[in-house]
Amino acid sequence: MRRAVNAVLRRDLRLETRTPQVVPGMALFSISAFVVFHFALQEREVQGNLAAGVLWVTLLLAAVLGIARQFVADREEGGFEGFLLAPVDRTALLVAKVASLFLFLVALEIVAVPAFLVMLLGPAPTEFWRLLLALALADAGIAFVGTLVGALAVQSRARDLLVPLLTLPLLVPLLIGAVKISAPVFGSPVAAARWPWVLALYDLVFGLVAYAVFDFLLED
Amino acid sequence: MGEAPAIELDGLVRRYGERTALDGVSVAVPVGATLVVFGPNGAGKSTLLRVLATLLRPQGGSTRVLGQALPREAWKVRGRVGLLGHEPLLHRDLTARENLRFHARLHDVPFERIDALLDQVGLRLRGDEPVRELSRGMVQRVAACRAVLHEPEVLLLDEPTANLDPAAADALEPLVGRTSGRTRVVTSHDPARGLAEADVVLGLRGGRPELSGAEASEAAVRELYR
Amino acid sequence: MYGTRLRALSIATLITLAGGFALAAFYAPEDADQGFMQKILYLHVPLAIVALCGFIFAGVCAIQHLRTEDSRWDLRSYVAIHISLILGAAVLITGSIWARASWGHWWVWDEPTLVSFLIVFLLYATYQPLRFSIEDRDKQSRYASVFAITAGAFVPLNFLAVRMAQSYTHPRVFATANGGLEPHMKVAFYTCLLGMALLYVTLWKYEMSAKNARAQLKALRRRLGGDGAPAPRRSASPTLESA
Repeated sequence: MRRAVNAVLRRDLRLETRTPQVVPGMALFSISAFVVFHFALQEREVQGNLAAGVLWVTLLLAAVLGIARQFVADREEGGFEGFLLAPVDRTALLVAKVASLFLFLVALEIVAVPAFLVMLLGPAPTEFWRLLLALALADAGIAFVGTLVGALAVQSRARDLLVPLLTLPLLVPLLIGAVKISAPVFGSPVAAARWPWVLALYDLVFGLVAYAVFDFLLED
Repeated sequence: MGEAPAIELDGLVRRYGERTALDGVSVAVPVGATLVVFGPNGAGKSTLLRVLATLLRPQGGSTRVLGQALPREAWKVRGRVGLLGHEPLLHRDLTARENLRFHARLHDVPFERIDALLDQVGLRLRGDEPVRELSRGMVQRVAACRAVLHEPEVLLLDEPTANLDPAAADALEPLVGRTSGRTRVVTSHDPARGLAEADVVLGLRGGRPELSGAEASEAAVRELYR
Repeated sequence: MYGTRLRALSIATLITLAGGFALAAFYAPEDADQGFMQKILYLHVPLAIVALCGFIFAGVCAIQHLRTEDSRWDLRSYVAIHISLILGAAVLITGSIWARASWGHWWVWDEPTLVSFLIVFLLYATYQPLRFSIEDRDKQSRYASVFAITAGAFVPLNFLAVRMAQSYTHPRVFATANGGLEPHMKVAFYTCLLGMALLYVTLWKYEMSAKNARAQLKALRRRLGGDGAPAPRRSASPTLESA
């Protein structure tokens, strides 16, 4: 199983580094979004709830871009079949895809978060670790949900529409949690200590659901 | 008596929604023999091969490949069959070697075999170019390497030489041709050539087997296409 | 099969609903703050509860479909979501009316149940487009079931998160009609709830039997028409495998 995960993950990472599409796309989008927010909100800087909102909405929408692209290479080049013909545990594909999406999200955030701090954030961020915690938990959840939705949508003819329509409602609880956890970073009061647990619960539930149903998406 | 047949189908049924793609197909293929499948487009040839490759699950009748019953024991068969169709199943942005290494990792095959195979099809020196830059004939040669990389006992060939010139088609011979010594299932549109290499014949039309057995006449095969 | 006892069920539904509404309108006392319009909650909350249970039921049917590959479970799941969506639209409309009557706005963010419901509704609204966009029937059913299971797991998580997010604002307004209810309110409420549940089951059975009948008709037609039968049109609703 580890061999198969390794194989798929290396292939996906190699494909992305060979012809970078997903990560630059998401990163560029996030910076454009910050510019758009600046003009739309007519603010030179944001803080508190507004800041948290701008950052997290941007990250979420950028993630949607990445999710839509995840399985496209497989579909177009028969990558699924190559995998399905191999004597390997099919869950390996799920693990590899979740891992690659997670890594892409981290790459996105390495660009987007500093950009946000520089471009839009007013007060200097405090208790930065809270943001890192929120990012870690959120990335896991987005990776699970995104892989599930990506696999669902890749077989449909309306892929580009379906991915955002499915992903955004599903990610609302995650968004709520992420904003609450990271609020103090932007100057808002600290929220309840339960929120990291709620987000962890969300990750757990969707991780389990993805594990349980993924095989059915691969069958023919 | 000999060993059990490599492939044994009895009343195989496979549906797509409301359409029946395979309707009661029965045939037995001894080990090392070549089964040639004739039939017009849409007759179910590709479906049959995909069922044998364990990509599709049989929905009726009995299906045995290498002694294992599908779909229950499909996991035992995977890795012992190789599929080569019109789609090469290769990523165009990766090189031939990178593509083959991916499959080698999946099938737990040592990388040395990749070079040996590329040698056999004369592509060793072009192994590090992106597949996108190779001609169609060369791509199919790499695809053939992919199909036999894990030394499958059964080869499933779905018109692999379609759109290839004769020289390119011949280049595939050592890997997937009769001389490879493996049990093979080949789809064909050419009655003369197909019959020449067939040990067992199967003719499909509309999913139903209209021809089956160890021999068939060219005329009978042409009937299928009427 | 689904048509049996349908008439008796419909009558029972009508009676219970009518009784429930009457009780709500005349028997239960008016709320001190919100006046008569608060009574729309006797409509709104039972609708919401029943619709949500319908979504979860659809998820359970979907699990069964994946386990048994029996297309009847897929049909049950599809119809359950369909009816729940219809009730869901009613939930949002009645919720909006209540918000207007109580707060002066056609929409409020303070009632977590209503807000959660909107999110759930938005999610399930993609169910039919998802189905329609996958042409292969078997794949369509399978993917729809995966969706129904994922969405079903989502519903409780969503409610939890939204509830917690709003905890600092006004107390849950419908608490005045829930726990700590006066007996009169309780009677009216539970009758309405029962009526809505019966309504759901009745509608579900109606649609199931209509779809069943249509499937049987199509199978008959195909058998009579032979190969000349028209090719099936692309559609989002599940077909049953002909008997």
